[in-house]
Amino acid sequence: MEVLAILIPVSISLGIVGLLAFFWTMKNRQYEDPQGDAERILRTDYDDEPAEDRKRR
Amino acid sequence: MSLADYSGAAACPGCLTATEAVERASKAASEEARDVQLSLPTIHCAGCISTVERGLMARDGIVDVRVNLTRKRAVVHAEPSVTDEEIVAAISALGYEAMPLDGATLSAGESDRLARDLAMRLGVSGFAMMNVMLLSVAVWSGAADATRDLFHWISAAIALPTVVFSAQPFFKSAWSALRVARLNMDVPISLAILLASAMSLYETVNSGAHAYFDAALSLTFFLLAGRYLDQRMRSTARSAATELAAMEAPTALRLIGAEAETVPLAEVVVGDLLLVQPGARVPADGTIAVGASELDRSFLTGETDPVAVTVGSEVKAGEINLTGPLTIRTTAVGADTLLHSLAELVTMAEAAKSRYNSLADRAAQIYAPAVHLLALAAFLVWLWLTGGDVRHALNIAVAVLIITCPCALGLAVPAVSTVASGRLFKHGLLVKHPTALERLAEVDEVIFDKTGTLTVGAPVLANAEGIAAGDLAVAAALARGSAHPRSRAIAAAASRLGIAPADVSGLKEVPGYGIEGSYMGKPVRLGRPSWIGAETGEATVMRIGDAEPVAFHFIDDLRPGAIELISALKAQGLPVTLLSGDAPGIVEAFAERVGIDTWQAGVLPDEKADVLRAKAAEGKRVLMVGDGLNDTAALALAHVSIAPGSALEATRVAADFVLLAPNLMRIADALRVGRSARKRILENFGVAAVYNMIAIPIAFIGLATPLAAAIAMSTSSIIVSLNALRTR
Repeated sequence: MEVLAILIPVSISLGIVGLLAFFWTMKNRQYEDPQGDAERILRTDYDDEPAEDRKRR
Repeated sequence: MSLADYSGAAACPGCLTATEAVERASKAASEEARDVQLSLPTIHCAGCISTVERGLMARDGIVDVRVNLTRKRAVVHAEPSVTDEEIVAAISALGYEAMPLDGATLSAGESDRLARDLAMRLGVSGFAMMNVMLLSVAVWSGAADATRDLFHWISAAIALPTVVFSAQPFFKSAWSALRVARLNMDVPISLAILLASAMSLYETVNSGAHAYFDAALSLTFFLLAGRYLDQRMRSTARSAATELAAMEAPTALRLIGAEAETVPLAEVVVGDLLLVQPGARVPADGTIAVGASELDRSFLTGETDPVAVTVGSEVKAGEINLTGPLTIRTTAVGADTLLHSLAELVTMAEAAKSRYNSLADRAAQIYAPAVHLLALAAFLVWLWLTGGDVRHALNIAVAVLIITCPCALGLAVPAVSTVASGRLFKHGLLVKHPTALERLAEVDEVIFDKTGTLTVGAPVLANAEGIAAGDLAVAAALARGSAHPRSRAIAAAASRLGIAPADVSGLKEVPGYGIEGSYMGKPVRLGRPSWIGAETGEATVMRIGDAEPVAFHFIDDLRPGAIELISALKAQGLPVTLLSGDAPGIVEAFAERVGIDTWQAGVLPDEKADVLRAKAAEGKRVLMVGDGLNDTAALALAHVSIAPGSALEATRVAADFVLLAPNLMRIADALRVGRSARKRILENFGVAAVYNMIAIPIAFIGLATPLAAAIAMSTSSIIVSLNALRTR
């Protein structure tokens, strides 16, 4: 049963990582346009640069 | 809509401040780059996103573009040198319709914030539920003694903070109900969550066998899911509704000396001189100082024909100026205008509708006291049976509370409403009021307005085929430059028949009378019979030189689906009535054409409201469909109401549904979906009742373990959600 001492903290901290990731997506407003995001991935013109660099060409 | 009219007018050299209304909305310092919100109703695919974003980014002065496909909107971050009109023109050039939105109207961030808040709580409770459930599985499969206690303690450490954070919406709602000495569905929910947590903590401290942390958390999670669906559905409807409002950017053209500047309507004061261009809406009540024209008053009175006005005539906010530019001196602005005085009526009606007892409320009224009494009974019976073992009795009472907690009930209504509203939105119908669907299902009589509701509200040329092609070509040439609905109808008829406009020169529009010009050296006139020198009548006539006058007859065209809708309603056994402000002759002919047997003509706005009041007193549940300001009171008083998207904002606010699609048959769809939704809700209540009938006795005799509670709760919730998907 010593294994519990390791496994329980490990599983809970993994869960917390997931929770933090969820907080991050909420903060980043990733649920604003679900339909658009689903379509964007299918675009043929792959955006090969980050949006911030686009205007500096 | 009307913004397009204003922006056309704002293209004059004197209107350099045309973008002020939007700048005010963006709240950013006016010197810096600003955000422009646009509605893009026609975008639908990945290609559209790329075209719009790339196409706009290629232009100078545009910093960033972000298209939101879900809301069919785009936010353009542009430098101040780029005007809204340029952006709209650029998007039109890319092949998409675009309408600028008034950011101030849109910035209703409250509901958005609420949805994010609920999603956050839902996420946290989901996380906690899964973790605690894992630990519980270990306990259910036989963990004992120190291991069980350890698992209970870990569960407590996860569950208690989560309950404090995630279940807040229920606690708040329950508290606000209790404060006014009422019971709502949130009272038993809160009590179950709190008691389950407290009881489990007590058991954990005393090394008890059963802890209900997982039950408390799954209750929170499932009920929050229902709450979240509900909120999402309302905010989608609200965002679409505010978008409609935001398209009517409140601006006016104010005259200072000879210069006209565009100012936000809020800055217009009584006594200002406002310029109203042909084709634009009158922004405020006033009297005409300069000019003569014709006004389209159909939204106010229900008359199809425009009214001639001249210096000294009174105009009301919302009327559409048709032929000549007008300068008006404002006599009332903002809240004092006729348009806004109707807002009070609407508020009154809203209050009446919030008193409507929804199915969920009625269920809660029976359910909440029953649950509490049952739990109390369980406690007392077991206290007596065990001879005063408070702990055991309390355990059973908590089990009863958890088992009976309205998990399925909490999902029963929102799941169905979400599915139904989603289906209706796809059909082009916006559900604005939370209980609108339920009320729609109860309708037993339908009343229609005529102009703008069953008809398009614009005339079409009735005798196009009977007019010589040569004459129609001349008429089309005359009509081309005019915003008058009849002119547009002539031009449309000519292009439909493939007749090119003739070569007419020296076009001049005489406001209130007609249009004149010269054709092959002969003067031509198109307009009122008296002006042309023909016999007077309803028709518009044209005379070329000294030739015999040609008469043009007009009818108001039916909206697509009108006749089908009326016959569909009759087939369902719903009595249909037509109430119109128009003249009896026109109304009678019209009623016959669409197949309505009962009609009333020349009805004043107050009388429409009286008719609705009388119907309500008879106990009839009337569906009112109307678009005019004269219908607003009636819409507000009806059991449930629908307004077409072409109606003015005040009217749309009063209605429960807004019909965005042009086809009226969608109303029949709405009735069907509404009835289906009601049926599914009742079925869901049935599922919940059956589940309780099985579960309560088990809990009552003390056989409900935490495992049984977890299984029962999940299955009933899933069954209810799946049943909701059958709504169509």
